[in-house]
Amino acid sequence: MDENLKKEIIDFAREMRITELNMFAEFGSGHIGGALSMTDLLAVLYQSVMKYDSKNPEWKERDRLVVSKGHGGPAVYAALALKGFFPVEMLGTLNRGGTNLPSHCDRNRTPGIDMTTGSLGQGASAAAGIAETLKATGQQVYLILGDGECQEGQVWEMALYAAHRKLHNLTAFVDRNRKQLDGYVEEIMPLGDLEAKFTAFGWNVITVDGHDVEALYQAIAEIKMEKQRPSAVIMNTIKGKGAAFVENEKYNHHLAVSKEQAQEAINQLIAEVEHV
Amino acid sequence: MFKSGYDGSKESCSFKDVFSDTMKQLLAEDEQVVYLDADLMNSFGTGMLPEIYPDRAIDCGIQEANMIGIAAGMSTEGRKPYCHTFGVFASRRCFDQVFLSVGYAKNSVRIIGSDPGICAMYNGGTHMPFEDVGLYRTIPGAAIFEPCDTVQFKAILRGTKERPGVTYIRSQRRLARKVYDIFEYQCGKANVLTEGGDVAIFAIGFMVAEALEAQKQLFQEGIHASVIDLVSVKPLDEDTVAAYAKKCNAVVTCENSNIRGGVFGAVAECLAVRNPVPVESVGISDEFGEVGTFEYLQERYGLTAEQIVRQVKKVMARKRPV
Repeated sequence: MDENLKKEIIDFAREMRITELNMFAEFGSGHIGGALSMTDLLAVLYQSVMKYDSKNPEWKERDRLVVSKGHGGPAVYAALALKGFFPVEMLGTLNRGGTNLPSHCDRNRTPGIDMTTGSLGQGASAAAGIAETLKATGQQVYLILGDGECQEGQVWEMALYAAHRKLHNLTAFVDRNRKQLDGYVEEIMPLGDLEAKFTAFGWNVITVDGHDVEALYQAIAEIKMEKQRPSAVIMNTIKGKGAAFVENEKYNHHLAVSKEQAQEAINQLIAEVEHV
Repeated sequence: MFKSGYDGSKESCSFKDVFSDTMKQLLAEDEQVVYLDADLMNSFGTGMLPEIYPDRAIDCGIQEANMIGIAAGMSTEGRKPYCHTFGVFASRRCFDQVFLSVGYAKNSVRIIGSDPGICAMYNGGTHMPFEDVGLYRTIPGAAIFEPCDTVQFKAILRGTKERPGVTYIRSQRRLARKVYDIFEYQCGKANVLTEGGDVAIFAIGFMVAEALEAQKQLFQEGIHASVIDLVSVKPLDEDTVAAYAKKCNAVVTCENSNIRGGVFGAVAECLAVRNPVPVESVGISDEFGEVGTFEYLQERYGLTAEQIVRQVKKVMARKRPV
């Protein structure tokens, strides 16, 4: 991988995290854990992989992204604002009355959001429907699932469908941060061998460190060669990655976020760069 | 525009015949049309379509929730999906998917729920949707149609192709009695089939033919009934409902669904605001379904012309002095 591109992606991921922390602190709370765990993936997608036009979000030939873990909305909003889909100032309206940035993704409110999500499992099917429609075009459909979300039966209905229909243009990223609202996935409803499960359903499966942008980038490049099967990328991640006060909290699905906490985490992110 | 053609006789073709022919035509005419089913193509005469249209006629297998989600995703890309399964599965089983992925997300999908109410017959209580109307009524912007014959069914299938949002069509599969010679689709428009000043009978689905039979019996007894085919429970043609309630000062609703949340609910809600008059109902009175022949079930739940006549007399006795 080109070292300059890698640095660009890492820098963008850091900028996104700072933006997310400010956004949550401005409102005072939010689904911060799962937003931070999928940030490196979004940085790879928006910095180097996806075809899009921020000035023309409805551009027909763009790639599509469905964030089925709809509570990850704020992480996507950070990427979209920084890439010019809408003014960065709009981020301050998160979750306030009349906003176009609701906590869960809404295709009718936010430029750049391809599908409305929030009831877990549903984005999976919608992404498959989009992939079915775009199968012949070469456009890619990217889907982000939570690992807790994979407890939903609808995900596995979709998994059967996508393999049977040979949706090779569909890639599902599973944000395997091993936590859900009530605690650890392993204690509440274990998913077992997720790789073996997707493989058994007929998918092409790749496991990566979800915070290693090079590994993510290369997995996506490899997937583009696949012409038969849908692909699943199991991303081993840390819920709250990049903000110690979130990472250290057991129940970090939804947290109150003070401006001081956010600033301390931001200072730490900046200090890491200076250290390098 | 419509022309009534009721004489009590059965139609020459079934809902099943008309569904397969119409879907075939729609797929041929418009390449954005897709047809999804959940392992009930052969029940509804469409089993040959995937071979003709492998990319646009898709059997999703027994996964109704996924089917609706797939359809929603296709709609975001400009496709015009029609989805079919039995009414129970087309409502309860995938309600959250219809509500959010289609309705809330402002996608446009037509959902055909076959075997509404007692039409599920031998499949029994597990397969008998009485509550689907009430469920769909709570989805903002949804439309709920229940065709009374195949002339109307075909017009609704074709007419709703471009309709935005959630469209739910309750469809029989069997031979129905003919009601219309001509029916042109117009969303939210009820049709007045007979004029009479003593009672207004609002019916839908196969209960329209029962209401027309009741009207004949009542006429012989000197009671003049207006029979109105509502066509859709939602949008409800409130102007026609209010006008005929005012004209007759007594109303009977007739439906093959739970009166709680059904046609009775919709008409009573409208009249409570627009023109309160006595209302009686013919329909499922908050019960579960059970197995049986169509005729047995009609008697068991009172979905007959005779029951309509009884309810007309009951409501007329409640009429307030003008």
